[in-house]
Amino acid sequence: MSVSQLFEEAYTGLKSLVVGLGITGKAFCQPQVTVIYPKQEVDNLSSFRGHVELIGKDDDPSVPRCVACGACVKACPSNCLTIQCPVPVKEGDEGKPVVMGPAPQKGSKTPAVVIVDFSLCSLCGQCARACPVDSLQFSDNPYMVRLDRKEFQIDLLARLRRMAAE
Amino acid sequence: MTPDLMSFDHPLTRLVVGLLCVFAFVGLNGLVLVWVERKVAGHVQLRPGPLHVGPYGLLQPIVDAVKLIGKQLAMPAGADKYLYWAAPLLAFAPVTVCFLPLPFDPALAPMRLNTGLVLILAFSGLGVLSLILAGWGSNNKWGLLGAARSVAQSVAYEVPLLLSVMAVALTAGSLDLYEITTQQGAWPWQWYGVKNPLAFFIFLVCAVAETNRAPFDLPEAESELTAGFHTEYSGMGFGLFFLAEYASMIVVSGVAAALFLGGWQGPFLPGILWFLVKVYAILLLMIWMRWTYPRVRFDQLLNLSWKWLTPLALIDLVLVVIVAGFGG
Repeated sequence: MSVSQLFEEAYTGLKSLVVGLGITGKAFCQPQVTVIYPKQEVDNLSSFRGHVELIGKDDDPSVPRCVACGACVKACPSNCLTIQCPVPVKEGDEGKPVVMGPAPQKGSKTPAVVIVDFSLCSLCGQCARACPVDSLQFSDNPYMVRLDRKEFQIDLLARLRRMAAE
Repeated sequence: MTPDLMSFDHPLTRLVVGLLCVFAFVGLNGLVLVWVERKVAGHVQLRPGPLHVGPYGLLQPIVDAVKLIGKQLAMPAGADKYLYWAAPLLAFAPVTVCFLPLPFDPALAPMRLNTGLVLILAFSGLGVLSLILAGWGSNNKWGLLGAARSVAQSVAYEVPLLLSVMAVALTAGSLDLYEITTQQGAWPWQWYGVKNPLAFFIFLVCAVAETNRAPFDLPEAESELTAGFHTEYSGMGFGLFFLAEYASMIVVSGVAAALFLGGWQGPFLPGILWFLVKVYAILLLMIWMRWTYPRVRFDQLLNLSWKWLTPLALIDLVLVVIVAGFGG
């Protein structure tokens, strides 16, 4: 390496040092982005990923669009979704208690039980992508706290009815 | 009113009072600097920094200190008992001595020595010894690596540091910091830092290396060596190393202020305030640099020191000799 190259390198190095100080100096003067939680709350939640929730039908928000096809259950890599629907009654079995079975099932077009185990969920979103009727989306509660891991088994149908009632 | 330390006639009385003041000064400034450091780090990264303990998080360092004091002092198995416990004391004690020749104000120089500069350089060089003892004594591979690094680092940066200081001492014709300060005036163009910016720059770079701070914090290097030489230290063992680091930061900033920025001299304000303003300006620059630059690699530090700073400092020294020879 020639001497002139050496000095050129030293010059660009020194210049980059000054530029670096300028960048951090500017950042020092900028407003902070931290949200200090109990005093402030985050406002833009459009990209937040909470646990998945069901989307209601346009004409009746308390009934999910879900057709109990089971695509989301198959797509979930963590096996955290459970969808059950009533097994169709066979001939001669009328009047007996309803038997529930895993979706999909012939003749069933609505789910009777939709449970997401949030303690297993990794929020990958494969279920929402797999859904053929766009019935799943991420919820937007960033402050979810539970005292027991069993409480993370969230009944999505009940949640949808509660949300529709509000 | 500035307190007049010179009114104590007996040098021993002055020394004891001065040492007590230095301990109080180091402790107080250590706390303030920890707070400043964390605040600057926060704001640079768009965070608020310490916030909840006291107004603006001002009491956070005190809480941290209480926590450190309350912790158990542990020693790893197979460690050298005497070296292990001597190291933190040896890290802290020499730094406090370095405050004695620093002239804070015409009336507030704990000890006037005609070789004050030599004393500071000698005792700050002792700090490296404590790092070696800590790394060797704790029977830990990271500690040992940190110690080895600190040796090579000190060999590399102390040469240009001494040369840049020598250039100023030659210009002033004295090794007494008080004398060197009075040779400069109140205005920036009378300062040695402006008359001889190359020496000032070299001194600043070497001062960062001397205090083992980022980007030259190779002996600690938390991402490579856990914590380097103080990996095994807990509680106040670590606390003393920590305090020594901040104390030596204040020392090198004080020396830089006295050598290059006219010390206590300045218009309008009392001397002690000017001195502290200059010291804190340099400290802020060091903190700012820490949160800007990544740590240099080991060979990069040695290359910088041997191939750039040492020759440049030598050239600077020769120029100073020529100018001093013709001028005075």
